[in-house]
Amino acid sequence: MNPAMIPEGAHPLASTIARFVWLLPLLPLLGFLINGTLAMLGVAKVGPADPSAGHGHAEEHGHGAAHGHDDHGHATRHKFAPIVSLVGPGVLVATFLLASGIFFAMRGVEMEHPYIQTLFAWMPVGDLQLNATLLLDPLSMVMIMVITGVGMLIHVFSVGYMQDDPGYPRYFAYLNLFVFFMLMLVLGGSYPLLFVGWEGVGLCSYLLIGFWFSDKANADAGKKAFIVNRIGDFGFLVAMFLMFANLGTLDVQGVAAKAAELPMGGVIATAIALFLFLGCTGKSAQIPLYVWLPDAMAGPTPVSALIHAATMVTAGVYLVARASGIFSMAPVAQLTVATVGALTAFFAATIGLKQWDIKKVLAYSTVSQLGYMFVGVGVGAYTAGIFHLVTHAFFKALLFLGSGSVIFAMHAAYHATHNHDDAQDMRNMGGLKKHMPVTFYLMWIATLAIAGIPLFSGFFSKDEILSSVFARAHHSTLAESSLLGIPGGTLLLVIYGLGLATALMTAIYMTRMMLYTFHGPNRTGAAEEPHLKEAPWVMTGPLVVLGALAAFGGWLNVPALLGAIGPVGGLEHWLEPVVGEATLRTTLGEPAHLSHSVELMLVSTAIIIAVVGIAFAVWRLKPAALVPKKDAPEATGFDRVLENKYYVDEGYDAAIVQPTVNVSRAVLWKGFDAGIIDGLFVNGSALLARAFGWMGSQLQTGQLGTYAWVLLIGVITLLGAFTFR
Amino acid sequence: MQPNLFHPLAYTFTFYFFGLTALASAVAFVTRKSPVAAAMWLVNVMFCLAGLYVMLDAQFIGAIQVLVYTGAIMVVFLFVIMLLNLGHVSDLLDARGKWGQLIGLFLGLGLLAEVMALNRHNTIERMIPPDLAAKAAEAASRSAAGGVIGPIAAPLFKEYLLAFELTSILLLAAIVGAVVLGKRRTNAR
Amino acid sequence: MLVEALALSAVLFSIGVVGVLTRRNAIILFMCVELMLNAVNLSFVALSTLYGAAGQVFVVFTMTVAAAEAAVGLAIIIAIFRHVKTVNLQNINLLKG
Repeated sequence: MNPAMIPEGAHPLASTIARFVWLLPLLPLLGFLINGTLAMLGVAKVGPADPSAGHGHAEEHGHGAAHGHDDHGHATRHKFAPIVSLVGPGVLVATFLLASGIFFAMRGVEMEHPYIQTLFAWMPVGDLQLNATLLLDPLSMVMIMVITGVGMLIHVFSVGYMQDDPGYPRYFAYLNLFVFFMLMLVLGGSYPLLFVGWEGVGLCSYLLIGFWFSDKANADAGKKAFIVNRIGDFGFLVAMFLMFANLGTLDVQGVAAKAAELPMGGVIATAIALFLFLGCTGKSAQIPLYVWLPDAMAGPTPVSALIHAATMVTAGVYLVARASGIFSMAPVAQLTVATVGALTAFFAATIGLKQWDIKKVLAYSTVSQLGYMFVGVGVGAYTAGIFHLVTHAFFKALLFLGSGSVIFAMHAAYHATHNHDDAQDMRNMGGLKKHMPVTFYLMWIATLAIAGIPLFSGFFSKDEILSSVFARAHHSTLAESSLLGIPGGTLLLVIYGLGLATALMTAIYMTRMMLYTFHGPNRTGAAEEPHLKEAPWVMTGPLVVLGALAAFGGWLNVPALLGAIGPVGGLEHWLEPVVGEATLRTTLGEPAHLSHSVELMLVSTAIIIAVVGIAFAVWRLKPAALVPKKDAPEATGFDRVLENKYYVDEGYDAAIVQPTVNVSRAVLWKGFDAGIIDGLFVNGSALLARAFGWMGSQLQTGQLGTYAWVLLIGVITLLGAFTFR
Repeated sequence: MQPNLFHPLAYTFTFYFFGLTALASAVAFVTRKSPVAAAMWLVNVMFCLAGLYVMLDAQFIGAIQVLVYTGAIMVVFLFVIMLLNLGHVSDLLDARGKWGQLIGLFLGLGLLAEVMALNRHNTIERMIPPDLAAKAAEAASRSAAGGVIGPIAAPLFKEYLLAFELTSILLLAAIVGAVVLGKRRTNAR
Repeated sequence: MLVEALALSAVLFSIGVVGVLTRRNAIILFMCVELMLNAVNLSFVALSTLYGAAGQVFVVFTMTVAAAEAAVGLAIIIAIFRHVKTVNLQNINLLKG
């Protein structure tokens, strides 16, 4: 496994369209530059716009219900909107077409080795000879297709969703920049370059969460995401330092090759893997750093769909798969990943049961599903994890865009009647199915997919993760090691149980969301109801495409049991050159295999759980009994705990934030900043300079006598040195 | 040295007399408040030094010391003092304060000590190459034969001719400079 | 007598230095410098008994330079006096940058 030796030109892809792979990140960057320029020009012309006055759009009623907007209806389209509408999605379409071309080129060749394109020498420092290299292999190809494909659809959706926002060009500039960084992340041929993309998407996430920054809550949410992510990035950095110190290299291929020579389960591999995973918990919102993702819903809904559901948050999953060479050498770290993933999945699902904000439900659902993916990659079933990543990108993007469409309609209705109620609270919805049928049907498809109803995409990927966990509980390196004294086999069975429980709750809370939003009587208000309308085609169009993907995405990787419906294990074969070796290492050299009867049992259990969950929700939940938010009583008992998300934010605030603030105030501000920095350094250096200046000025008094004294002291000194040498 | 002119004891006595008088006059000179008195004490120092020069066998130098220094330079000083009407004790504090004087005294003593120490270490003799000392001794013996002025005039107009000529240019420049600086600029004001 | 002459020279020089350090009258300062020059002359003359008449030649040069210096220096003092009406150095700080 030393494919780095293959010269660039000798690779079979070098003669195909894939040699333009450098254009992939460049096109969105170009879009960013154009849109960013337009955004700045627009601001200069319009003058310092007050975004709070004008953003008169979707989230206004969600988060900004308190501001008084006297200028409803004055929201004007940005003067550059037509150009931006062309450039923003346009570059994504171009990128997607190029990516498709590369994809088909890759299908035509034997991808034994990755195609590595060296752009320029990046950091030639001593022992560290780091080039900016793009690494194109089946794994990055899958990610590129998801990013550009789903990204393109969401860009198109955004044209409709954001059309009246005064920050329209800025929005697309950020979105293009995000795609650029995301492509850098998945194409990065070395961990530092990957880290550049990693940080870049974090930046764009921050910028877009706080897109309507005039509202303090949104700006705070952006800051929270940024700061929490920094904790994870610290882990990533330490992991890179460890790699360089112990393996002497930082490029992806070299690290994988060197990692294979490390002792199995050794300290180095485990430490690197665990620190990498700390980075993943930040970026991919796992326990204990998941708290930023629900707050990130403060951003525009398409952003939630693209960044905080489909692509950026899955970067952690991608990273684990990318570093599979290291993780497979550290079973303890793998068990940690799987355990944290399972706990996160379960924990977030329980919170999702009692949320009222439609986007918060989806946010916790995302956290939960990310946990699922980590279970997959954690147990060494990298294909299963990536598979779930892909299908999740389809159905969760659909769910988010669908909810965006609902919010759009709700907002438009409230806007028309100058009502300031919460446009995102499900208690204010209900009965929307007759007003927005397209959205309604498509969201049901996504719900069935995420719940795991057979033949929808989520069913395949979720089932594959669960069966991988079950298989590895009996025969793998994981089963042979232990975590905190718990034998790996037992732990994996517990994880399997948690996975089933999560699946049950997923079915329940998703059904609950659909029931409360689309079924039952309408609670929006009598005056508003006539204004509820289906979104324009530019928004529903992408939904339809995503609906198809969510429904049929499972065919990417059909399990052997259902071999009758299509080619078996497509994605598995596709990813085999990248993660095959690591997967086999975890499964002790032979492919994970379960007998047909066991597999049938597992599948039927999963199906039963999904059906039971939906049926239970339909049976117990009565949309008719709901009252609008403003009349709703306070929740009590455990419901209240769930509604307040187990008070984790409050706990973090009391345990970490407040002590930090207090210590910062007392020690860092009053003591260090005011005392030492201001007192000793700032004023001290000024005083020192003044003292030297004063001394110098005493030499320049113009007083002849002083000069004579100085001269004589010099003479005596010199003479003394001469005399007493 | 011409011991035949002086009895050795008388020579020693006279030498010490001039030396101690010069010393006392110098101390008096730096301690006088009135510029005129100070100038007069300095004139006294110079007279004593002229006497010492004569006793050290440098009669010509002794003569021009009296003529140039005492007769010309010091007279110019006194002339300027009178011209500027500085004869009376200045209202402004002329000397430094007690501490300034004390530290100045210590610095002077320190300098003296260092010079003495240098002498004691024979540093000067070490710095002069031995063959030069021999040459000088030979020149000294020659000078005894050439009278008083000849030994000075010979090197002055031979070896040091260039320096001598440069000195004349220096003097010319000084004269011009003194005139320019001293002239009242009637048209400027 | 050579040692005594050199010692006297050193003492006179030091007295001149102390004068320069402690006085503030420009003219007295100037005279202190003259005293120092005389002290050096005494050294030259004393050493010329050892090393020959060259020392006396230097004394001649020194006197010439001292004369020139006195002429220019006093002219400067007069010029300054016209300007600031004093020769006390405390009130003269034209050298101040």
